[in-house]
Amino acid sequence: MDRWIKAMKIIKYIKSLTLSELLKGMTVTGKYFFKRKFTIRYPEEKTPKSDRFRGLHALRRYPNGEERCIACKLCEAVCPALAITIDSEERDDGSRRTTKYEIDLFKCIYCGFCEESCPVDSIVLTDIHEFHFEAEGKNVLDKQQLLKIGDMREKEIAECRENDAEYR
Amino acid sequence: MILDQIWVVVWTLLKIVAIVLPLIIVVAYLTYAERRVIGFMQGRMGPNRVGIFGKKLWGLAQPFADTVKLLLKEIIFPANANKFLFLLAPVITLATAFAAWAVVPFNDYLVLADINAGLVYILAMTSLGVYGVIIAGWASNSKYAILGALRSAAQIVSYEIAMGFALVGVLIASGSLNLTDIVHSQSGGLLNWFFIPLFPLFVIYFISGVAETNRAPFDVAEGESEIVAGFHVEYSGAAFALFFLGEYANMIMISALTAIMFMGGWYSPFTGDSWIAQPSIFWFLGKLSFFLLLYLWFRATFPRFRYDQIMRLGWKIFIPITIVWIMVVAVIKVYKPEWIGG
Repeated sequence: MDRWIKAMKIIKYIKSLTLSELLKGMTVTGKYFFKRKFTIRYPEEKTPKSDRFRGLHALRRYPNGEERCIACKLCEAVCPALAITIDSEERDDGSRRTTKYEIDLFKCIYCGFCEESCPVDSIVLTDIHEFHFEAEGKNVLDKQQLLKIGDMREKEIAECRENDAEYR
Repeated sequence: MILDQIWVVVWTLLKIVAIVLPLIIVVAYLTYAERRVIGFMQGRMGPNRVGIFGKKLWGLAQPFADTVKLLLKEIIFPANANKFLFLLAPVITLATAFAAWAVVPFNDYLVLADINAGLVYILAMTSLGVYGVIIAGWASNSKYAILGALRSAAQIVSYEIAMGFALVGVLIASGSLNLTDIVHSQSGGLLNWFFIPLFPLFVIYFISGVAETNRAPFDVAEGESEIVAGFHVEYSGAAFALFFLGEYANMIMISALTAIMFMGGWYSPFTGDSWIAQPSIFWFLGKLSFFLLLYLWFRATFPRFRYDQIMRLGWKIFIPITIVWIMVVAVIKVYKPEWIGG
C-alpha cells in the first residue's frame, strides 16, 4: 500500500512537471478565441423585449379619444415609491376626471403595480427604455406628456397587451 | 573633428529614436491587442468602437484615445507623499525598461550597442526596474501601495535567481555574453535552436519572465482584488501612463530575449537556399509576437497564484531544476558539444 501511494506521488510530480493541466486550460481559452462572440453591438443590434417589459409610463385613451383614467387613485395608493400624484374634479358632463396626474420618474421603481391596479387599463408601462432628462424638474411627467406618450405608442401598447392577455 | 563628434552624438540619438519610437507604438498596440485577445478568449468583442473619420476600423484608434486621455489627466499627489520619489519612481521604471533595449539585436547589423557583456547589462537593467516599483510603493504613503511594493520586491528577487540560472545555461551552450553571438551560435535551422537542448530552462525562463514583469498569473503586486492596484494605486495621469509603458516595454523585452536566446533570433526554422530560409528581422518579430501572445493567453487563462504558491514555485521548483539542468548542459558541452548547436 505504501508503495502504491509513493508511485501515485511520483506520477503526480511528473504530471505537474509537464504542465499538462495548464496546457489543458490554455486549449480551452484557445478554442474560445475562435468561437462566435456573444456580444450584441448595442445601438445597432438590440435584444428582443418581452411583451411585459416595464419601461416608460403612458396614459391611454379609448378609441373615441376619451381618456380612460377615471381618477380612482388606486395607482396612487398602490405605488410603493409614492411616485404618483393625482388631483381630481368633476367634469362639466358629470364624470370624475383627473386635473393633475404626475409621475416622478426618479422615485418610480418600475414595479408595474400601477398598471396591475388600474381597473380601466389607463396607466401602462410601455417598452420605451431609452430616455433621459436634460433639465432639472423634467423627471416629473405631467398628464399631458403621459397622454402624448400613450397616443404615440397606442398601437404597440395595444399589441403587447393583446399578446400577453392569454397568459394573465 | 568637432563636427565628427557632434555627428556621432546625433547619429546615436537618431538610432535611439528609431528604437524607442516604434517601441512606444508597439506598446500602445499591445494594450489594444491585449484587450482584444482576452476579450475574444472570454467570448466577447473587446474594444471595437474608436476609429477615425467616422469609420470604426475594429477600434484601432483606441490606444491613441487612451493615451490622450491619460496625458490630459491630472497627476494627484497623495497627502504626505514624498513628491520627489513619487515622481522619480515611474521614471526609473520606464528608463530601465527602455535602456535595456540598447543591446537587443534585431538582425545581424541592426543593434544600437553591440557590446560583449550585453546579457549582463540586460540582467542589470531588468533588476534595476524593481526599484521603480519599490520606490513607488513607499513614496505613495499608502498601505496598499506599500503591500504591493513588498510583494513585488520579494517576488522579483526570487525569480531573478531562476532567470539568471536559466541564462547561465544559455551562456554555457553558446559560450558568449554577446546577444548577437548567442544568436549566431544557433544558426542552421530549427534543430540547432537552444530551446531543444535547454527545454526546461526555456520554459522556466519564460515563466520567470512573466513573474518578473508582474504579469498575470504572477500579478500579486497589483492584485486588484486584494490591494486595489498595488504599488500604483496612487498614480494617475501621465505618471500612471509611464508605469504602464514600462510594464509593457518589459513584456516585449522578455519576449525578445526569449526569441533571441532560445528560438534562434532572426534565423529561419527552415534550412536550404530558398527565400523562406533566409534570416530576416521578420522571423525575429514573428517569434517576439508569439511570446507576446503567450503573455496575453496566460492572462486570459490562469487565475492569480497565491503568494506562498509563488514563493514555493520560485524557490523549491524553478531553482533546483535550473541548477540540475545547468549541470546537464555543462556535461553535454564538454563530452558531446555537437548536441548543442555549433
